[in-house]
Amino acid sequence: MVHERVMEKLAILADAAKYDVSCSSSGSKRENKDKGLGDAKGYGICHAYTEDGRCVSLLKILLTNHCIFDCAYCVSRKSNDVKRAAFTVQEVVDLTIGFYRRNYIEGLFLSSGIFDNPDYTMERLVRIAKKLRLEENFNGYIHLKAIPGASDELLQQAGMYADRLSVNVEMPTEQSLKLLAPDKNHIDVIKPMEYLKNEIVGHKEEKKLNYKVPVFAPAGQSTQMVIGATKESDLEILGMADYFYQKMNMKRVYYSGYVPISYDRRLPVIGTPVPIIRENRLYQADWLVRFYGFNVNEIVGFNQPNLDLDIDPKLGWALRNLNQFPVDINTADLELIKRIPGIGYLSAKKIVAARQFKKLFPDDLKKLGIAYTRAKYFLAFATPFQMQRDLTSIQIKDQILNLQNSKYKNDFSNQLALF
Amino acid sequence: MIQLIYDGTYEGWLTAVFEIYEYKFEDVVFAKNEASAALLFSTHHNVRTDIEKANRVLMGLKKRLSAGGFSDFYKAFFSDMDDIEQIMFQFAKYALASSKNIEEDFSNSTVWDLRKATRMTRREAHRMEAFVRFKLTKDKLYYAIVEPDCNVLPIIENHFKKRYADQRWLIYDSKRKYGIYYDLENVSTIELQFNAESNSSKFLAEICDEQEEFFQNLWRCFFKSVNIESRKNMKLHMQHMPKRYWKNLTEKIPDLKNRKS
Repeated sequence: MVHERVMEKLAILADAAKYDVSCSSSGSKRENKDKGLGDAKGYGICHAYTEDGRCVSLLKILLTNHCIFDCAYCVSRKSNDVKRAAFTVQEVVDLTIGFYRRNYIEGLFLSSGIFDNPDYTMERLVRIAKKLRLEENFNGYIHLKAIPGASDELLQQAGMYADRLSVNVEMPTEQSLKLLAPDKNHIDVIKPMEYLKNEIVGHKEEKKLNYKVPVFAPAGQSTQMVIGATKESDLEILGMADYFYQKMNMKRVYYSGYVPISYDRRLPVIGTPVPIIRENRLYQADWLVRFYGFNVNEIVGFNQPNLDLDIDPKLGWALRNLNQFPVDINTADLELIKRIPGIGYLSAKKIVAARQFKKLFPDDLKKLGIAYTRAKYFLAFATPFQMQRDLTSIQIKDQILNLQNSKYKNDFSNQLALF
Repeated sequence: MIQLIYDGTYEGWLTAVFEIYEYKFEDVVFAKNEASAALLFSTHHNVRTDIEKANRVLMGLKKRLSAGGFSDFYKAFFSDMDDIEQIMFQFAKYALASSKNIEEDFSNSTVWDLRKATRMTRREAHRMEAFVRFKLTKDKLYYAIVEPDCNVLPIIENHFKKRYADQRWLIYDSKRKYGIYYDLENVSTIELQFNAESNSSKFLAEICDEQEEFFQNLWRCFFKSVNIESRKNMKLHMQHMPKRYWKNLTEKIPDLKNRKS
């Protein structure tokens, strides 16, 4: 039985949790067991989209927004004058099951302010996940926050019940963290990440040898950085992300454009626009590294530490490297085709499949759904081909920009005005 | 021109394809259940669904397509596109006449058209996996009403069966007037008249579980609370949740207190 006052708690604790951007519910291997409830295998499902266009896949809430820390970038900081609330363990379980059975959600994303101490908080989160799995036979998706400073035993247990675990690094550099959250250190978040990485990898290895070994956080771990609150360049941000992908086996690094929520002098004032374009460019760069075979250094470097805001990073790379073009899509390797602006990952694969049947011409490419008006500057067709005049990168950029019409054109200033 | 009149089922259509080869028909059109009045001067051929004939066609396709391509072909049938039978027939003809698998010959327009149909069905199926909103009745049945663009209930059946293995549920397609019902063991297709006023206050009070309205309000409350006002982007919102689906989406229907009628 869910009680009336849960409504008010839900409003407060969903509102406080919404700045955590991860909503992924894919990549787990948990199947429905013994005709219980739920199935988290395979692809994720976005059940709804809020008016800001973001996906709602999980019941994303805080257990409580009481917090002993005073991090300037966080709405739940100790010194902030907001309504506080806390769910009981049973309330979270009932909400999750009630929502899941009605097909509102894929599962639960549970985070929390730190009350008392890290272990006390983590223990509550674990208890909820455990109850869902063991008492309710719930096989939907569970994403738990790993609270920095919690004991290894609790993290171990969390991994047994959750599909994904995450520790947020919050700030891309130690200096920014020191500035905005004087009580925190990067090492506090690196330590649990490292522990989780070893456990995840270890369980995977063991499972290969013995299928009875239980799964441990089968959807891996992720983290999040707030961008635009402090002065880091994209080079620093993407460098940090690369470190997480390489060294921590992260499934995802999320970039969260800072939403001004405070009059704190150290932060952009309330009313400053959220750096949505920059956030988008960072995700594009992230994709290039993870799926397109790019190295971070090809996208940002010391001579150009920030991504272009007016063009996407792949086009940016192509314009700086015109010597790599034109590419003949009828003969080139898949890896090279993926690097052509206007041709995405799937289109590149389609091209490689389709060209085995017949030689492809511009009309075929248009049919395959690639952005031909953008790609054409980088393509070579053997015969007959339309001669491309030798354009400079600036001319190409101008022509492409004239074709696209962005409603954000006015926001193409590079960095947020800080003070 | 010959009109092939079949019963509207996948097996029926496959039988029709078999008979095109069997009787060496040329220049064919397909019609569901009754002859199309638009084609005055065509001759008719009534197809009686024959599982054996249908299987012969399926076997032929199975040999020439990958497992994925084979199931994509099936999905295309449910797209409800106007000329889907014609597209599928052209594709089948091309596939059966070729010695190698042609499903990735993307610059061929028949292959591309089939792919488009498959994608339409698949997208709509995925949407329904997301947009089904179950309501709980007094006798513990979870039911939902949908109006998908494509005929996707046969496609999404397994997804729901696996996921909600321990609850009785019913998903009703109010456009096509049939539903699928899971009784804790099997899923069956049922035809029934369903009260379209299922969002009314009277309906909630009489039919629904006593906590149902409260849960709907909790969901609306959650949906509102996770929105970030300063990132508002209605265009993106509408793109992902087109308006035609709203009438069956709890979060887009005002709660009882805020409703006009």
